[in-house]
Amino acid sequence: MSKYLVRRVLIAIPVLAGISLVLFTVLALAPGDPFEELATNPNVPPEVRANLRHQFGLDDPIPVRYVRWFTSMIKGDWGFSFVSRVDVGTLIMQRLPTTLWVLGLAQVLGLAVALPVGILAARRPYSIFDQISTTLAFVGFSLPTFFTGILFILFFSIYLDWLPFIYRADISATGWRWYWENARQAIMPVAVLGLAQGASMTRFVRSAMLEVIRLDYINTARSKGLSEKVTIWKHAVRNAMIPVVTLVALQIPGIFTGAVITEQIFRVPGIGSLLITSILANDTPVIMAITFVFSCLVVLFNLVADLLYGWLDPRISLR
Amino acid sequence: MTPPNGAASEAVAHALAPARARRTASLWSEGWRRFRKHRLATFGAAALAVMVIAVAAGPLVYRVPIDEIDFRAKLKGPSRAHPLGTDDLGQDLLARMLYGGRISLAVGVTAMLIAITVGTVVGATAGHLGGASDHVLMRLTDLFLCLPQLPLLLLLVYLFRDTLKNVLGPEMGVFVLVVIVIGGLRWMPVARLVRAQFLSLREKEFVEAARSLGAPPLRQVIRHILPNAVGPVIVAGTIDVAAAILAESSLSFLGLGFPPDIPTWGRILFDAKDNLDFAPHWAIFPGTAIFLTVLSINYIGDGLRDALDPRKVLS
Repeated sequence: MSKYLVRRVLIAIPVLAGISLVLFTVLALAPGDPFEELATNPNVPPEVRANLRHQFGLDDPIPVRYVRWFTSMIKGDWGFSFVSRVDVGTLIMQRLPTTLWVLGLAQVLGLAVALPVGILAARRPYSIFDQISTTLAFVGFSLPTFFTGILFILFFSIYLDWLPFIYRADISATGWRWYWENARQAIMPVAVLGLAQGASMTRFVRSAMLEVIRLDYINTARSKGLSEKVTIWKHAVRNAMIPVVTLVALQIPGIFTGAVITEQIFRVPGIGSLLITSILANDTPVIMAITFVFSCLVVLFNLVADLLYGWLDPRISLR
Repeated sequence: MTPPNGAASEAVAHALAPARARRTASLWSEGWRRFRKHRLATFGAAALAVMVIAVAAGPLVYRVPIDEIDFRAKLKGPSRAHPLGTDDLGQDLLARMLYGGRISLAVGVTAMLIAITVGTVVGATAGHLGGASDHVLMRLTDLFLCLPQLPLLLLLVYLFRDTLKNVLGPEMGVFVLVVIVIGGLRWMPVARLVRAQFLSLREKEFVEAARSLGAPPLRQVIRHILPNAVGPVIVAGTIDVAAAILAESSLSFLGLGFPPDIPTWGRILFDAKDNLDFAPHWAIFPGTAIFLTVLSINYIGDGLRDALDPRKVLS
């Protein structure tokens, strides 16, 4: 298992380097120059500009610049924000926990919906329950998160007036009240993301279970007198989860799409909304760093998926 | 050949003609027959057809300008004068949605075409050549699958928008950029599908027959393998239209897609989201339009999957 883990981590490094290469190429190909402002400013003499360019290494060949950029990204030296003059690393670290919390809770909610519904639907295919849940999953999977978010706000915040629709980081209450307020404001973003996730996961769980449940070893398990619970949970579900993990891992980049949108709708102070504000403010270092962080998260979660594989299917780690 | 004989053969040809016509059409009509079995997919196709006709012909029939500002009628709900209500400048929402729908659907279809073209070329090259080029192309595909789509989409639009706007004009520039970027980030599943198809098809007897008859590689690929690999590509392409429409709407919804004078559905939602408490209709109509379009397309994709999979037995 540890050997398998090491191999997986070693595979993740070139992927990360590849992603960083793509990001850097995009930036290098992009028109515009970080010194544009100085170039158009008549008070800055050309020699000073040339000196500055030289000092920051902008005249070096592109491969050299890439290596320098990548090493400083790895070291955690991400520059400072053009707008707030704060270190990009600190800025992102302030925001990242919120994003991870919302995303994590949404995944938990998605799984909590998808597993039981998918399994029940697959145990009685084409029953009323299956038909209803399949239709709902299809609808949920076609509903864009920005529209569900708006519908939730319309219904729960404006019509019923139950939940706040702006996420606040500075709640003044203390103790239990603080937890309560935080939980209340997290309900809608988590629900929007989690239900979208749950809808597509339900489809995966259902079809994977349908494949597994008719195999011979399930009949064997039943006929040797195992209880239905053990048959389903220990024998069928564990094997059905293997393709589900693959499909969910493939969806990880898409989850961040939902996260950015949800954070923007509910003004959750995470890195997704930071990305949008930075883009609107032309804050290139922050934009680059956040895109890089998102890529790292994708690679990290793919690694988690690989570990799950190893756990679900012991044959994999032997190979 | 004597006349009576000719007449007889003509009669035979007549009798055979419908049969032959039926046989040549059978592949597609069989697909259509199977597609119609999927009731929801048929509904989806009908709903999408209505939507396409509405945005294509609607602006010709419903001749209210999309940018006529009327402050006396601002933020009004649906009424006789404005069937879907108005926005904060008193502009007619129905007219804006019909116009914006053209852009939304055009983005979806064009981005899909880019995605399946790139995907087919990459997948076919990898699957047919095999070896090192297969390996490199598949690693590239895996790499692209790891890219976080929306952040990268935002980054690309942010970096290249102004240049393309200057070159191609505001409307065309954004359209080209959005379509290329969305298509360029969605080709990977198609590439994998096509490669998998190629790997199994190139070993089949009919390809071997073509090869031994001296067909050059390109002819083998285009005439013999590709037509047989097209089913899954059609299904993936259908789903891609929905995904591209969603991507464009997300981009516009974040205020970073099309400019306000091009009211795509996502852009209308972006403008509407700050007025939810007193003008909910402004957000609900375009949101529902996006939702119904995506739902119909997804159902069509589902139906096509059933119809084009010959192994699937339908009652």
